[in-house]
Amino acid sequence: MLEINNIDVHYGVIHALKGVSLKVNEGEIVVLIGANGAGKTTTLRTISGLKMPTGGTVLLNGADITNMSAQQRVKMGLSHVPEGRRIFAGLTVLENLELGAYLRRDKHEISKDLDMVYQRFPILRERRRQMAGTLSGGEQQMLAIGRALMSRPNILFLDEPSMGLAPLLVQEIFNIIQDINKAGTTVLLVEQNANMALQIADRAYVMETGSIVISGTGSELMKSDDIKKAYLGG
Amino acid sequence: MKKLIGLGLTYAIVQILIMTNAITGYLQATLVTICINIILAVSLNLITGFTGQFSLGHAGFMSIGAYVCALITMRVPTVYGFILGVLLGALAAALVGCLVGLPTLRLRGDYLAIATLGMSEIIRIIFLNMEITNGAAGLNGIPQFVNWTWLFTFTVGTVLVISNFIKSAHGRACISIREDEIAAEAMGINTIKYKVVSFTIGAFCAGIAGALYASYFYFLKPDLFGFLKSVDVLVIVVLGGLGSISGSILAAILLALISSYLQSFPEIRMILYSLTLIAIMIFRPQGLMGSKEISLSVFSKWASGLKSKRGRV
Ligand SMILES: Nc1ncnc2c1ncn2[C@@H]1O[C@H](COP(=O)(O)OP(=O)(O)OP(=O)(O)O)[C@@H](O)[C@H]1O
Ligand SMILES: [Mg+2]
Repeated sequence: MLEINNIDVHYGVIHALKGVSLKVNEGEIVVLIGANGAGKTTTLRTISGLKMPTGGTVLLNGADITNMSAQQRVKMGLSHVPEGRRIFAGLTVLENLELGAYLRRDKHEISKDLDMVYQRFPILRERRRQMAGTLSGGEQQMLAIGRALMSRPNILFLDEPSMGLAPLLVQEIFNIIQDINKAGTTVLLVEQNANMALQIADRAYVMETGSIVISGTGSELMKSDDIKKAYLGG
Repeated sequence: MKKLIGLGLTYAIVQILIMTNAITGYLQATLVTICINIILAVSLNLITGFTGQFSLGHAGFMSIGAYVCALITMRVPTVYGFILGVLLGALAAALVGCLVGLPTLRLRGDYLAIATLGMSEIIRIIFLNMEITNGAAGLNGIPQFVNWTWLFTFTVGTVLVISNFIKSAHGRACISIREDEIAAEAMGINTIKYKVVSFTIGAFCAGIAGALYASYFYFLKPDLFGFLKSVDVLVIVVLGGLGSISGSILAAILLALISSYLQSFPEIRMILYSLTLIAIMIFRPQGLMGSKEISLSVFSKWASGLKSKRGRV
């Protein structure tokens, strides 16, 4: 469904991605792991159109979307939960969710999706009139995911959703990601928490300093000695 | 409906006071200043308070509206000339705003502030050196068409247009840019477009304010539109509350009243004025209104709060 080929990205003189290729098939959960600064966030930003590559192509269902704006990509069903949540702190929970559906005009369907999000995250319904900035870290992460779901995406990108959350909450977030996937949304997940991420992954890629160095199914990678040493704590 | 009655009453009362000569001379000038400052502050609030783009260029846009309107009414000294002058002045300011906004609004925070400051200075220097604007000596004897009716119409019009814009989906998009530009972009919001739109609308309104200024005070020179004028407007916006229209209106009225009251202490006027500003910012760092709006429901809540308190005593 989604394919990137030989992507190069530069920040000024910094060569952040060096010929990265990866593929996400419909219905999969694909995980991208790697050390700090490896280029995981940059990869997601390139796919969702927030950063333009200096080389390579991005294909969605076979169509070349490399030069499309972020706006067009959202319309085509791509949705991005950015690193660090980036909720709209000064707006209410409900306003945040409404902004997630910004490009949609089908009012009736939007309110259905709002119900769906509230069902998945009951706490958000309770707090819908509260300023998003006053939510706890875990609630903010749920809001960020809920907001991304409001565009009714075919494929969802999540950038380190477990960042800064307590273990119990991390487990909950991972369960939710699996649920979302089962409900029909393809998932590309960036994680530092390699152990748990690989457990829910259909396939996974490992990045190091701007390149993909290993790829395979989730269970293959969990067994690999290199991975165990580098990312799973022995 | 209640709003409409309130507006009608305000208009009628002031109009009667003017006709019965209760508001004359100095008071009338204060009234004009208040209205012009409301237009300036509300439109800068759209750019800075709602869209989150720190601009120091409002005086520049104001001067464009002022000079264009002055030059037109001096050649066509009729009410039609005046209306044409206001319109073309505002359009010219909007055009410059759009042209300047396209490249500069990619900049962030303090860089944008410096870029807009630079633009405003360039505009001032252009007016200073042009033949048609009579350079540093300025334009004198601009026909005076501004009366309370025009002032009221343009002020209320500006406030209504901007507050409706903010309540619309477009306004929501602008606010999301202020809250988090990257997240806004990820939601599919065209952030550059909305920054330019808000900058252009802001410039348009500043142009109207300039045109009204020219036509009431019938004298213009480039020095009136220096850096300090932009800062004055920014002070009103910050004092009223970034992201509060009613705050901007309240602050514009309050500051004009304070400064006219302080006229009786000419030597220490600016010191007292500054002290007042400092005091307000210490006690209300978020501005008088924060990002909240006054609405009639707030008043009724407040009133019922008072009642229930009294009930308990
Ligand atoms: N806006 C930027 N300007 C300059 N360099 C950048 C920028 N964003 C990222 N980089 C650089 O690009 C490289 C990849 O960064 P990226 O954020 O993609 O890494 P990451 O894998 O997401 O790391 P982390 O796990 O810490 O989030 C890093 O060397 C980083 O310093
Ligand atoms: Mg990252």
